Amino acid sequence: MPVRTLDVSDLTCPMTWVRTKLELERLEVGEALEVRCAEGEALENVPRSAADAGHDVRVDGRIVRIVRR
Amino acid sequence: MNERRAFLKAIASAAVGSAAGSKPAPPPDPWLERYSRQLVLPQWSEAAQRALADASVLVVGAGALGSPVATYLAGAGVGRLGVVDDGAVELSNLHRQHLHFTPDLGVPKAHSAVAKLAFLNPDIVIEPYQAEFNAAMVEGQDLVVDCTDSFAARYAVNAACCAAGVPLVEGGVVGMSGLVMAILPGETACYRCAFPQEPPPGATPTCAQAGVLGPAAGVIGSLQALEALKVLARLDGALTDAFLQVDLATHEFLRVSVRRREDCPDCGAA
Repeated sequence: MPVRTLDVSDLTCPMTWVRTKLELERLEVGEALEVRCAEGEALENVPRSAADAGHDVRVDGRIVRIVRR
Repeated sequence: MNERRAFLKAIASAAVGSAAGSKPAPPPDPWLERYSRQLVLPQWSEAAQRALADASVLVVGAGALGSPVATYLAGAGVGRLGVVDDGAVELSNLHRQHLHFTPDLGVPKAHSAVAKLAFLNPDIVIEPYQAEFNAAMVEGQDLVVDCTDSFAARYAVNAACCAAGVPLVEGGVVGMSGLVMAILPGETACYRCAFPQEPPPGATPTCAQAGVLGPAAGVIGSLQALEALKVLARLDGALTDAFLQVDLATHEFLRVSVRRREDCPDCGAA
């Protein structure tokens, strides 16, 4: 299954999570999204918000991989 | 009128000026930016936002309740907003009807309200109806919010919405207390199910007789706007089959359950 990708590295909070959240809404349960974040705030907030929303989250460098739950 | 035109022009240029001064670069996506603080909510979604954009809502009354209701619904992105009011702005309105300002005195309220709402959200269609409410107005609406200030009008709006099957958010405020109720005709209790007997004229005090504090009306209108958003976006927790009785003197919020009446002349199956 091709993994969807999203680059929010030029955005600031909360637009980083708004973009990510809307992209996740387009996925089926079990599908994955890889989000490229800037260092700092986005790389802290996007994984935390995704986990709070109940998704599976893994961070690899600046890529946040989220599986929709 | 010239004074009022200058006043509206001044608001517009002030808004443009401050925007240009503080934010040189336009946001990458104004639609996302405008609605970002609600899109970020766990309960909200792009689908909810699209449902709002596709919705047509009629706000009956552009006064103390209509001001917060129309302001929040326009801001939230309801695609088509109709504002009904046959009155003109009076000096005694201004303490509680925050869509109208001193230079608007004498201007039809529907037009005064729509002028401000258009500044708030230029991406939506807002239509003034300088007329008394009539039942034909609810045809084709996705939701009606009743912001009128008399029992006669409230029962008329309820009957029209029940007949047309249009969801309704009722509200009323007097003194320091008020009431809110959401109604899905044919599914949940209507206003007449909750209050079968219309009080005879003069039996209950009006705002003009009993008075009202602006923020009390603001609370009730804000609750109506919130219920409207829940119904439009199909969120859980709409205030149906119940009404909320709010006493702002004591801070008591009482949720009173109501049942549909089979013999209700407005919404009953009989």
